[in-house]
Amino acid sequence: MSGKSMMEESAIGLDEQMGATYGAGRHTLKPDAEHESQILEVAIGPQHPSTHGVFRMDVQLDGERVVRLKPVFGYLHRNHEKIAENAAYLAAIPYTDRLDYLCSMTNNWGYVLAVEKLVGIAVPERTEYIRVIMAELTRFQNHSALVGFLLQDMGASGTPLMYAFREREKILDLFEAVSGARMMCNYLRFGGVRVDCTPEWLEETRQLVGRLPRFVDEFERLLRGNEILMARTQGVGVLPRELAVSAGVTGPMLRASGVNYDIRKVDRYGIYDRFKFRVPLGEHGDVYDRYMMRVLEMRESIAILEQALKEIPDGPVQDPKTKVRGLRPKVGEAYGRIESPKGELGFYLISDGTMNPYRYRVRPPCLINLTILEDMCLGLSVADVVVTLGSVDIVMGEVDR
Amino acid sequence: MLGEGIVKGLIETARNFVGSYVDKDRLVTVQYPEERNPLPEAARNFPFLLYDGDDPEAGLRCVSCHICEKECPPRCIHIEKSTDKKPDFVGKQQFYPKVFNIDVSVCMSCQICVEVCPFDAIRMDKEFELSTDDRFGGLLWTKKELAKPNEYYQKIHPMEAAETDARRAEELKQTQAKAAAAAAAAAAKAAEAAKAAEAAKAGNGAAGKEPSA
Repeated sequence: MSGKSMMEESAIGLDEQMGATYGAGRHTLKPDAEHESQILEVAIGPQHPSTHGVFRMDVQLDGERVVRLKPVFGYLHRNHEKIAENAAYLAAIPYTDRLDYLCSMTNNWGYVLAVEKLVGIAVPERTEYIRVIMAELTRFQNHSALVGFLLQDMGASGTPLMYAFREREKILDLFEAVSGARMMCNYLRFGGVRVDCTPEWLEETRQLVGRLPRFVDEFERLLRGNEILMARTQGVGVLPRELAVSAGVTGPMLRASGVNYDIRKVDRYGIYDRFKFRVPLGEHGDVYDRYMMRVLEMRESIAILEQALKEIPDGPVQDPKTKVRGLRPKVGEAYGRIESPKGELGFYLISDGTMNPYRYRVRPPCLINLTILEDMCLGLSVADVVVTLGSVDIVMGEVDR
Repeated sequence: MLGEGIVKGLIETARNFVGSYVDKDRLVTVQYPEERNPLPEAARNFPFLLYDGDDPEAGLRCVSCHICEKECPPRCIHIEKSTDKKPDFVGKQQFYPKVFNIDVSVCMSCQICVEVCPFDAIRMDKEFELSTDDRFGGLLWTKKELAKPNEYYQKIHPMEAAETDARRAEELKQTQAKAAAAAAAAAAKAAEAAKAAEAAKAGNGAAGKEPSA
């Protein structure tokens, strides 16, 4: 029996027995009544290479088809929010590196933006450009790594991932040269950045950015039109537009479903209003659209990088009067949000006038994008569930915090 | 035609394979540990304590002000202040750390201790091959393991070290100038006082003479 006909036959309703186990009110596909098949429970993860870290999916299978999927996370919980509430404002920056450990620069920016709003710190011109350059380099390397991992999940063992990591490593070398670390950059500060970029560094970045389109072209020649890729991704893991909006999904996943919502365009934080770039949109909301979304966003990131590297002015990177250490903001609250490579990354801070925040809350895009995993996976086979999860782009450091 | 996309992709793979023999951009593998890429100057790994001169005890720059201990995000630094004082590089009497421990298994290499230190006493090392089979004592570094000479710092971070050394030399010069000025002022004052005393003596002498006259 094909998956499609099963989808039509089995009414979406409440299975009482499962409802008792997993909470009533959840819709599910009923097991195939005609063949009286047995439900098989499989735990994919937490130690499974396709789950991108320590994530578990409790899958109930009817034959090869998924009838129920329960995401289980929390294996990497580190008490991030409470640690930050007990630390000084400055001491939370290195912890934000470890949220989404592929994109520490954008995480820094989200937190720093929230504190700057809370305290009211002005940011110098050059710093704004440096931040945009760092954020777009981060977006590029995150998306290239993601496409590599997605292909790895599909069984293209190695080649696309190695090509992606080859380019990513060059970007990480740039990060290391300016911030001292490849991944845990800890580079942004309130009202500035820690150290200025040297002219040589900028020149090196210009050269690298000049070579990046060649890499994207190569990547596309490698994958575009590949019949196996098409068969595995098109029409798989469809996320309808309405569900995406009502579930609060953000980032490339939302745009793949055809919703034009990019915080770089909506909020225009930093200096994003100065750059010309387009927001790619998908149509079907399937895995293929989500994959293409990343490839197209890489191209837009290159466009922003070229403009920013051309226009970057000279000047100080930080006002020497800005207080970075021992911050005591006035009583109040602030929400800083940015378009991280994975979606809307928000930091909500409440200050009670002391050295550390009264409440520190992270709005992680990965966790919220993960909540609709079951809706995307019902009726798929196990192999497609793995691909669908890969296209969500999760990093467990951010999901579990 | 079915399979066309796959063939096109394979052509790309073949181009990369051949290219990896000629193109430096595609040949990126480094045969660690025999070969190593040089680390950039900004590279950081774990902190160490700087000392001037030859004696790690006497030349240690740390004055045990506890700022890094308080600011350290994972709180891996433990300092115990001394009861007596020793002179620092400008000759001022300062406390020194009786105990200075860093638990490198807790340290997250964020460099905040370096940023907040007002005495240029703590800096980041580039050494990263630190594995040990002693997971308790071997990962708790004391003052002895942490102290490294300024020459080592100049070797691993030449630009930063030059800037720090210039700043410290300037400070030393200023302090010496101030001390010289203070000494001159003190000398002048002493001379004046002596003069005044002499004058007073003379006056006294004169005054002492008067009643007798």
